[in-house]
Amino acid sequence: MTRKERMALPRVVMPEQDPGVRRVNFDEVNLGLMAEMAIREAERCLLCPKPKCVEGCPVNIQIDEFIALVAEGDFAGAIEVIKRDNSLPAICGRVCPQEEQCEGMCTLVAKGRPIAIGYLERFLADWERAQDESAAIEPAPATGKRIAVVGSGPAGLACATDLARAGHEVTVFEALHQPGGVLVYGIPEFRLPKQIVAAEIAGLEELGVRFETNAVIGLIDTLDDLLETEGFDAVFVGVGAGLPRFMNIPGENLVGVYSANEFLTRVNLMKAYAEGADTPVFDLLGKRVAVFGGGNTAMDAVRTALRLGASWAGIVYRRSEEEMPARVEEVHHAKDEGVDFVTLTAPLEFYGDDGWLTGMRLQKMELGEPDDSGRRRPVPIPGSEYDADVDVAVVAIGNEPNPLLAKTAPDLEHTRRGTLVADDETGKTTKRGVFAGGDIVTGGATVILAMGAGRRAAAAINEYLEAGAW
Amino acid sequence: MGVNEIMEARFLAPGVKSFLIRAPKIALRRKPGQFVILRATDDGERIPITIADSDTDAGWIRIIVQAVGKTTTVLNRLGTGDVIPDLAGPLGMASEIEQYGTTVTIGGGVGTAIAYPVTAALKEAGNEVIAIVGGRTAEYVILEDELRAVADEVYPCTDDGSYGYHGFVTAKLQDLIDEGRHLDFVLAVGPIPMMRAVAEVTRPHGIHTVASLNPIMVDGTGMCGGCRVIVGEETRFACVDGPEFDAHLVDFDLLDRRNRAYTWWEEWRMCQLEEAGAS
Repeated sequence: MTRKERMALPRVVMPEQDPGVRRVNFDEVNLGLMAEMAIREAERCLLCPKPKCVEGCPVNIQIDEFIALVAEGDFAGAIEVIKRDNSLPAICGRVCPQEEQCEGMCTLVAKGRPIAIGYLERFLADWERAQDESAAIEPAPATGKRIAVVGSGPAGLACATDLARAGHEVTVFEALHQPGGVLVYGIPEFRLPKQIVAAEIAGLEELGVRFETNAVIGLIDTLDDLLETEGFDAVFVGVGAGLPRFMNIPGENLVGVYSANEFLTRVNLMKAYAEGADTPVFDLLGKRVAVFGGGNTAMDAVRTALRLGASWAGIVYRRSEEEMPARVEEVHHAKDEGVDFVTLTAPLEFYGDDGWLTGMRLQKMELGEPDDSGRRRPVPIPGSEYDADVDVAVVAIGNEPNPLLAKTAPDLEHTRRGTLVADDETGKTTKRGVFAGGDIVTGGATVILAMGAGRRAAAAINEYLEAGAW
Repeated sequence: MGVNEIMEARFLAPGVKSFLIRAPKIALRRKPGQFVILRATDDGERIPITIADSDTDAGWIRIIVQAVGKTTTVLNRLGTGDVIPDLAGPLGMASEIEQYGTTVTIGGGVGTAIAYPVTAALKEAGNEVIAIVGGRTAEYVILEDELRAVADEVYPCTDDGSYGYHGFVTAKLQDLIDEGRHLDFVLAVGPIPMMRAVAEVTRPHGIHTVASLNPIMVDGTGMCGGCRVIVGEETRFACVDGPEFDAHLVDFDLLDRRNRAYTWWEEWRMCQLEEAGAS
């Protein structure tokens, strides 16, 4: 095929469950590519001499290399290439914002048809999981060093993987009863099936990583306890940004107003959607549900509400759709399923009857000058207030860093925003032997950025343990 | 013996059961006022329960459980040798134990499970310690012997007068104040109406009063915000900022309403449980 012919080929379309069907079930929406589709998609790649996609990837996966192997049908070789840089491809292939990263840098973006790198990554990871024998990577000989990883979300899992492969003895501490962090309590089944997270964790256990659940570090053990009493040689802190932000408007504590964390935890981790679950979530059948925010978590929450039977599920967002931080794919999926988008609208207050939420007062906004974030600031339009009925509200406007651990480690410096102070490259904190990465350092960000930070910290921990110098 | 194994289980009152659970590390770390979050079954809900006592040498913690919903009912069917599948703790802030002077710790029903360890700690800190324990009837007055071992004065109260003082714990507290006793600190732990009433008794006298709140929780680490309460003008998370707050500033109405959010669910689950038991 000539370059010109390649450029003329259409981008693969991800097969997905029909919107009318999927809006009433929790099964995964995207169904995955078939082998021939993957090969055809890989054949479109122009194999640029200086691939921009690699630069666009936060962990610099050798994308051109793995795509060339997919085009040849060498899936085993291709997944090997990915796994050199990314230990959790089945997860990243599903939840990375590729349009802003690798795919956003693809030469074919100019044609509006970037290579579907995310779909290919997901295809390879799923292909590998389906094989009887996956290429298990043998860990290096045991070093006798012990490392504690605090938090079992993306940062912790990525860090633990590299440390275990380097031959260290790794224990991952998780506060909840099940490992996975936000991958388990936050991201819904229909976007990231929990069996995929479970498979990744089982793989880590095979590598020799120990998971200690129900362990709230800071309370059961402080960082000093881990380093001194428990004899760990180093600690990685990847506890995420788990402290929900509220809007601080009247009525926010009425029964019926959830944080997205609580709503999603009840449904995802505690399986409130499943028959026989002990943990309740409000009965949404025929109810009106408003979700406040424009990020991926807001999309997850509103689509979850639909699946729980809401008659109306809407996103209420202060700015316009263009400014929404959610992935384009998630917004499309939500719209296809029937989610209403009430943009340029801000809530003023919630009101209720006998303590239960019954309605909300909203105000129309218009976009003014850009603010610190570079996005145009929403400005209220006077006299545009109006009331709307609502039965359940979900506040999905982000998280602050959870201070629980930092409060019990006074020598761990943090910023005014509550994030931990840690070196960008190494994750070194202000406390000897303690490294950190992910949302606890950056504030709420993405799975892949957290994983990248976990991996960089693992490399720095290796160096620290070898050299013994801080 | 394995971790989380029940070493001893016995009823203290009808529907009220005391468990000694092997949890050496929690026993070592916990301070009065703190709690655990546990699941009674592998797919059960997460519920917060106060740590009533612990023994670091024997490696156990004690919890006292009143069967009110499905999870607590299922929990109370467990016995010696059974294992609690999930047990996380110690959670929450410890009680502020100081040398206040004369203190009154008030436990209503299973609230006494919290009042007891705080009473012991207050005594150890050099306070003159009075304990008031309330129950509907004589059989619901729990931990009286334990309290007598640590407190200077113990006043059991029953609603029906079947034992001790005839009347509510608040009436006994009011009596102490009316007798001219100088009180420096009051802790109230129990049903919401009781804690609210205690706050109203002490408010006119400006007695520093703390209530240990019991909102619905999920994770217990500040992650979900389900346990938010209003104290003064501020929204606080009981799991990490509490569970103890200034009783004169707590919005008890809100707490009461939020705690009843899932009553419909609890009733339905209990019906199912009873039907399952009957068949």
